[in-house]
Amino acid sequence: MALPPLDSPQWQSPWRAFAWGLRSITQTILTLVLFATYLGIGALAHDTHFSLLWALCSTLFVWAGPAQIILITTLGSGATVIQSAIAVTVSAIRLFPMVVSVLPLMRTPTTKRRELFFAAHLTAVTLWVECHRFLPQVPRERRIAFVNGLGFGLVSVCLTANTVGYFLAANLTQTLGAAILLLTPLSFLFSTARNSREVADVVALTLGVLLYPLAAKMNSGLDILVSGLVAGTIAYGVHWWREVRA
Amino acid sequence: MSAAQLIGDWHALVVLFVAGVVPNQIWRMLGLWFGGGIDEGSELLVWVRAVATAILAGVIAQIVVEPPGALASVPDLLRYGAVAAGLVVFLLTRRSIFAGVVTGEVFMLAGKWWLG
Repeated sequence: MALPPLDSPQWQSPWRAFAWGLRSITQTILTLVLFATYLGIGALAHDTHFSLLWALCSTLFVWAGPAQIILITTLGSGATVIQSAIAVTVSAIRLFPMVVSVLPLMRTPTTKRRELFFAAHLTAVTLWVECHRFLPQVPRERRIAFVNGLGFGLVSVCLTANTVGYFLAANLTQTLGAAILLLTPLSFLFSTARNSREVADVVALTLGVLLYPLAAKMNSGLDILVSGLVAGTIAYGVHWWREVRA
Repeated sequence: MSAAQLIGDWHALVVLFVAGVVPNQIWRMLGLWFGGGIDEGSELLVWVRAVATAILAGVIAQIVVEPPGALASVPDLLRYGAVAAGLVVFLLTRRSIFAGVVTGEVFMLAGKWWLG
C-alpha cells in the first residue's frame, strides 16, 4: 500500500486522512512487535492478579509500554503507590522531548493547541518513529487526522492483544503461559537495544540489567530506582567523559 | 472467568490513575504546553534518558530474575539461557527484534521439553 500523492483529492477529507492513517498500521513491522509486547502485558497483568478492565484502562490511558510494565511489576511485587509513581514518572520523562519534537511536524500556523491533544496523548516510541517516516508523505493540513488514525489503529491492536494475552494466560498450560510472559522482557530488551544509538544508551541498558540483582539484595523497596539512578548516572558519566575527550 | 477477574475493584483503578496515568501523562502535557524552545540534545535530557533506560532495564531484569506467575515454573538457568540465546541471535542478525524474540522463545520451550 502506497499513500496517495500529496496533491491527490484523496487528501481533501479529514476522514479519508484518518482512514489512511488507520490503514498505515499494516505497513510496519512495529505493529507486530507491539502486538507481541501487549500480548505479554495482558498475560503479565493476569499473573500479577490485575483485572482485564484494569489492563485495558492502563493501555488506553497510559499508552506507554515501559510505564505499564513498570507499574504492573512494582505494584505486583508490593511497592507502595508513591514508589510506583516515582518509577513510572522517571520512565515517562522521555515522552516530553518526543512530544516536543513530533508536534511541530503536524502544526500549521492556525492549529489550536487542543487539536493536538490526541496526537500528544498517542505519542510514544512507535508513533514517534512512524511519524518521522510517514508524515513527509502527508499534506500538512491533514497530518493531525492521519496521526489520529494511525494512533487509533495502534491502540486498537494493543487492546486486542491485551485481551488475547489475558485469556491465554488464564487458560494455557503452564509452559505456554510462561512463553507468553517471556515475550515482555525479550521484546523490551531487543527494542530498547535497537533504539540505543549512543554509547550512553548501551551502557545504561547493560548496567541497568546487571545492577538490578545487586540492588534487589538491599531489599529497600526502591530497588528499581536505585539501580536505575546508579546505572543511568554512570552511563551519563561515560557520555560526558567521551565528550570532554573529543 | 469471574467478574472480579474481568472488572476488579475500583480501588485498583484509582491506584492505576494515581501511580500510572498521572505520573506518565504529565510529561506529554508539559510537552504540549511548553513545546518550543527545548533543546533535544541538552545534557539534562541525556542524563534523564540514561536513567529512564536503566530503570526499564531493571524491570526487564526483575521479570527474568524474580519471575511472576507461570514464568516461575521455568528453571532459573533456562530463563537466563533463553534471554542470552535471543541476545546472541539479535546481535548476529544485525539487530532483528523478531529473530531475537523467536530464538529466546524457542530456546525456552525446547529446554522445557527436554527437561520434561
